[in-house]
Amino acid sequence: MTLLDLARGPGLYWSVIIMITGLVWRLSTVLLMPYRRNLSAPGARAKGSLRGALTTIVTRTSPYRSFRSRTMPALMLSYTFHFGLLIILLGGAPHILLMKTATGLGWPPLPKGIISLASGLTLAALILVAIRRLRHPVLRLLSNLDDYFSLGLTILPVLSGLLLAEETYVSYELLLAIHILSVEALLIWLPFGKLAHVVLVVAGRAAQGAKFGHKGAIT
Amino acid sequence: MPSSETLGEELERRGISRRTLLKFATAMATSLALPPSMSAAIAQGLAKTRRQSVIWLSFQECTGCLESLTRSESPDLETLIFYFISLDYQETLMAAAGTTAEDALFQAAADNKGDYLLVIDGSVPVADDGVYAMTGGRSDFDLLQKLSRDAKAILAIGTCAAYGGLPKAAPNPTGAVGIADVIGDKPIANIPGCPPIPEVLTGVLVNFLSFGRLPDLDEHGRPLAYFGTTIHDQCYRRPFYDQGKFAKSFDDDGARQGWCLFELGCKGPVTHNACASLKWGGGTSYPIQSGHGCLGCSEPDFWDKGGFYTSLSGGDAPPWRTAAGAGAAGLAIGAAAAWNARRVRSSVDRQVAQEWQEKKEGDA
Repeated sequence: MTLLDLARGPGLYWSVIIMITGLVWRLSTVLLMPYRRNLSAPGARAKGSLRGALTTIVTRTSPYRSFRSRTMPALMLSYTFHFGLLIILLGGAPHILLMKTATGLGWPPLPKGIISLASGLTLAALILVAIRRLRHPVLRLLSNLDDYFSLGLTILPVLSGLLLAEETYVSYELLLAIHILSVEALLIWLPFGKLAHVVLVVAGRAAQGAKFGHKGAIT
Repeated sequence: MPSSETLGEELERRGISRRTLLKFATAMATSLALPPSMSAAIAQGLAKTRRQSVIWLSFQECTGCLESLTRSESPDLETLIFYFISLDYQETLMAAAGTTAEDALFQAAADNKGDYLLVIDGSVPVADDGVYAMTGGRSDFDLLQKLSRDAKAILAIGTCAAYGGLPKAAPNPTGAVGIADVIGDKPIANIPGCPPIPEVLTGVLVNFLSFGRLPDLDEHGRPLAYFGTTIHDQCYRRPFYDQGKFAKSFDDDGARQGWCLFELGCKGPVTHNACASLKWGGGTSYPIQSGHGCLGCSEPDFWDKGGFYTSLSGGDAPPWRTAAGAGAAGLAIGAAAAWNARRVRSSVDRQVAQEWQEKKEGDA
């Protein structure tokens, strides 16, 4: 079995299973955890926990105006690579092919040029994010192995995918195998580290929003 | 031909001019990706050499390889047989049969001990002492071991002989293997393909006759001159791949306009062979030119590499039911973790309540 066979066969099969099991485990644990009832009286302008939760899930996507000037560069970088990853994942022809093979669902791809541009921007943004994390004194203190590992695992598929699409001196077969394996490593790690925010971000915002909604605070 | 006569002398005796030999040598140099200056060396080498004894054994095979090789165009196999090699044993082509043929085989092996070229098409079954392929009461595995001992070199023709091919496909009931899997002490060149390109065999034979050795090989034992690049890299449809223009089905507009067949499962990007440059039927066409994706037949284990129509981007993702099972397992683990957390919290609550009660009673 070649590296590519491993990547396209058992690698893909088991990484998807581990990812699904892990993500459902993380999310269901959070949802089913015991929580203490909030016995305090609702605030004067309380909108209710549910409304607060639902509002916060959306509003936290953008920071408060007063914070924006300080956080704008990091925010832009973050938005760039998050949207970039989404465009690459959902717009790239080979990715749609894979999803069509796996699920039967397919849609028209974006032109290769757009995917290449998105990949380049995503890669640049991810590298800048990594540099910022390494250089920012506070961020550096807050960062642990999980942060760097997760960042590395996100960069690798983008980099290998870009090299693959542009066909370099490295053989197509090896690059394809590395690309698929790097994605599979990302899928396997997804539920366990900070990358689990792909599902937990909703739960986290909802929990915070419910508290604020009860108090009547601005969310 | 007297055994002491060189090929050059024989060709001269038959009225074949040096010019004809040089033309042939030039064609071979081109085919072997050698510089034009090497054609003189090839001609010289061929002229000096003696007729090469070739023993051709057929094991687990479909005769497709031989069918293909007898259709080689330039140079054709007939030219090689008539002028350069002595095909001492080939059970399909030879007139003799039965014990006469068997005798011819062992006589040729004895006469050319240590000097004959052993050509094999078909895989060799090794399970259960090789009983799944027998010729004249002798297993192919035995015959291979016996005849490879005194061979100068071995050519494994076709994917079956090279890597096991179709007979080796899972579950491989006969324990089929490629020749190089069981013979380790002889120079072996693999010429895979289902079938292999005829000109590759003739090219390798000429290389062997001219330079006295097998050509340079890649990591899978294939001649680099023919298997050094992928079909994708030489494909005339490659510009469409680069432009992102893909046929979505075998009869859509893209297919009619000759767009890239990647999405229809073409394995050209990972298949090393010379189909796109040498082509078939005397340079007429090759599978992709005929509108079908490459199956990857010259790669090891190509039968077991998933569907022919699954694109390289696709793979063996778990089906919906398995994915749902994985989700259910995740939910069960999550529920168990949450239940455990609730149990711990209840126990802490009880303890706190008890301590509070005891404190209250103590105060009272």
